[in-house]
Amino acid sequence: MPKDLAANPILSRWVTVHPDGGVDVRVGKVELGQGILTALAQIAADELGVELERVRMRPANTASGPDEGLTSGSMSIMHSGGAVRVACAQVRARFTAEAARRWDVGAARVTVRRGLLECGERVTSYGALAGAVDLDVPADPLAPFTHGGKAVAVGTSAPRLDLPDKIAGRPRFIHDLRLPGQWFGRVVRPPSPGAALRHVDEGRLAGMDVLLVRDGSFVGVTGADEAEVSRAAEVLRAAASWDEHDTLPDEDGLRDFLRSGPHETLPVLTPPLDGSGPDGSEAPDGSEVPAGGAARPVARGLRASYGRPFLAHASMAPSCGVARWNDDGTLSVWSHSQGINGLRNAIGLALGLDADRIEVEHAEGAGCYGHNAADDAAFDAVLLARAVPGRPVHVQWSRRDELAWSPFGSAMSVEVAAEVSESGAVLTWDYDVWSQGHTSRPGFAGVPGLLAAGHLERPWPQPPAVDPPPAAGSGTVRNAVPIYDFPRRRVTGHRLLRAPLRSSALRALGAFMNVFAIESFMDELALSAGADPLEYRLAHLGDARGRRVLTAAADASGWGAPMPEGSGRGIGFARYKDKGAYCAVVAEVEAEQEIRVPRLTIAVDVGLVVNPDGVRNQIEGGATQAASWTLKERVRFDRRRVTSDDWESYPILRFSETPEISVILVEAPGLPSVGAGEAAQGPTAAAIANALAAALDIRLRDLPLTPDSIIATINATP
Amino acid sequence: MTRAFELTVNGEPVRVEADPDATLLHVLRNVLDLKGTRFGCGLGLCGACFVRMDGNVVPSCDVPMWSAAGRTVVTVEGLSAGGGLHRVQRALLDEQAAQCGFCISGIIMSAATLLDADPAPGERAVIEALDRNLCRCGVQRRVVRAIVNAGAAEETP
Ligand code: FES
Ligand code: FES
Repeated sequence: MPKDLAANPILSRWVTVHPDGGVDVRVGKVELGQGILTALAQIAADELGVELERVRMRPANTASGPDEGLTSGSMSIMHSGGAVRVACAQVRARFTAEAARRWDVGAARVTVRRGLLECGERVTSYGALAGAVDLDVPADPLAPFTHGGKAVAVGTSAPRLDLPDKIAGRPRFIHDLRLPGQWFGRVVRPPSPGAALRHVDEGRLAGMDVLLVRDGSFVGVTGADEAEVSRAAEVLRAAASWDEHDTLPDEDGLRDFLRSGPHETLPVLTPPLDGSGPDGSEAPDGSEVPAGGAARPVARGLRASYGRPFLAHASMAPSCGVARWNDDGTLSVWSHSQGINGLRNAIGLALGLDADRIEVEHAEGAGCYGHNAADDAAFDAVLLARAVPGRPVHVQWSRRDELAWSPFGSAMSVEVAAEVSESGAVLTWDYDVWSQGHTSRPGFAGVPGLLAAGHLERPWPQPPAVDPPPAAGSGTVRNAVPIYDFPRRRVTGHRLLRAPLRSSALRALGAFMNVFAIESFMDELALSAGADPLEYRLAHLGDARGRRVLTAAADASGWGAPMPEGSGRGIGFARYKDKGAYCAVVAEVEAEQEIRVPRLTIAVDVGLVVNPDGVRNQIEGGATQAASWTLKERVRFDRRRVTSDDWESYPILRFSETPEISVILVEAPGLPSVGAGEAAQGPTAAAIANALAAALDIRLRDLPLTPDSIIATINATP
Repeated sequence: MTRAFELTVNGEPVRVEADPDATLLHVLRNVLDLKGTRFGCGLGLCGACFVRMDGNVVPSCDVPMWSAAGRTVVTVEGLSAGGGLHRVQRALLDEQAAQCGFCISGIIMSAATLLDADPAPGERAVIEALDRNLCRCGVQRRVVRAIVNAGAAEETP
């Protein structure tokens, strides 16, 4: 039985059938703009044997729906899809059995189609049987799984269920939520990560129609009118004085900062210490030496180091949360969190409240690309609402706080060295990656992990971010192992045990950097061997699906055709998380005054495709965002404060800079569906860097790739 | 101190009580309950709050009420006369040109205003008209395709 169903076995948690034939489906996964609810509705419709229009996806809720953990890591379609499939198949079986009982026929003779159950001349429907079929029963782990029949919705580009509202401008986001008696709230955050509130000149708020809430260094206002509340927050900002300290690293010395430790060492691949030869004849367990490889002498070695800065989520909407302390002592929370159950537990932990007394309901926010400030905003609302029991308080962050206080994707540094044979074939591969941790989600390391919890009078500690375990895809070392067949590989991660800038999960976690580094270095190796970068990769790649994807992208891009002066083509490739989607990207770059990426050609293999247009949309979006990270983005700070806190100091890609993207879906229908949302991140960065190298004959190894860094690289070259 | 302001919103004359320094965006969302116009930055830099005021696309987060008085404002809810969808909206739906959709109201306002001036714009013109609109989910190319299609559909009788 799928793991999420085993954990939430009662069928009525997942499905309710109404007398009008409508079907409510509840899942623990949440809509983040990625279209997941539409894909899951397609699966549910097919397994139940009803039309897609009858399926209503309900908002995830800790009290009424299944707990499916986080919506992250491109796992939703695999985990939730599997659970929905089996739960709906069992619901169908129970309805079929009821119809069969009434007609006194074998269940096998009842067919289900378009919401109708039929046997010969006899017809009934889901709606008609709704009252008679009990779904308050556990799923049967032994029941054989049978498909609902021919796929009707799955495999089609069903239009997204949520887009009509969003495109018509109807209220749909948590920002639009208005509950009876609702007030608004704003928090005044410290000016810098190390700051503590010294004094508030409360008199300056006199005459304003707001309530001041203070707990240690957490300070905010709440009131009935949002405009008044925002104004009061600005007055409060001016009325607060803080003790500040320099706690941040040198933004131009991130490589040294990351490598200086202390670290937790993360051994990923450890070949025998005695260097027992690339022929692998004595490969002990756990080493990566294929048997029978003929020893080839090392002809030369190559080494390079790569880096990326801290990156911001930079969601288009500031984070938002709503909370209400109810008269019976329970707490209701609305949040665009990626993990409503984790949030519930973290709030409980922070306030010493039984998690059973807290209900968190998901409400849609703007696009979410990892652990952003959604949970923090929800907790802000909880703290402000505590001052006005019975009243919902709606808290919206400012743009500046969103860019400066959301957790960042960590800066990273990579050192890679290889030895190659006379022909250029890789014989040994040595790889180190340094980074802060990649998750500080609610509840991590035994603490709440909510921003304001660290600012309270009795503050919770804010330990440095950790990394997800290997089973959950790791963090720093995600995709640190190259997919290529090298005779001897060593790969080691180093997680920094300090995190002066709060870091957490950002789309693809360490995979973005690792794939950028590996695929840049593969290009450098190919060029030094005088080989074509595509041929060079293929020569080292046995994986058949990988070869297909690489070749498909290259063919569609016109790989090998000559390019004008100052332009170049580059390729990047990876299998996300080593077991997810295969993705190859070919970038075209024009480098003159600025660096332009007119075109990306992307091939992807995600196994069985549930919604082809949805996959394309995810890949296009991911690649566009990755191009933005690669060309423009860098969190800026001085030794005290984060300074990139608006769209001028933290620019992202604009319409005029966005590449044209074509996506080729390489079909693998017999294979399980895997997510597409993160697959293009690393390959896109590498493809752009490699194309730039082809265009200018200059290798940039530190992101972002900007005209300034080209000039700096030229100046630094002897 | 609040004051009364009169303006035209989506073809209807309205009279609202508001602080002169309150933004038009605040009044649209919280007083007139028109939630289609979004708050993205409040700094005039992202386009999520774009509306049409006297024919021009402006960031409503950056328009104080004292300067909105007497003006004619159109929001995403009021773009098409019959209350149905504007052809830009239909084209966006056809292309599924949104992910989270938070940026899309502002994009719709920029695009619809472009189509009024240039009923069948080419790609370049569309990109130029949308360059003040940010989108973090990366649906730019789909949006451009959709708007070009919306224009082309108008051209073919
Ligand atoms: S919210 Fe007005 S431009 Fe960003
Ligand atoms: S669709 Fe999410 S910001 Fe544009």
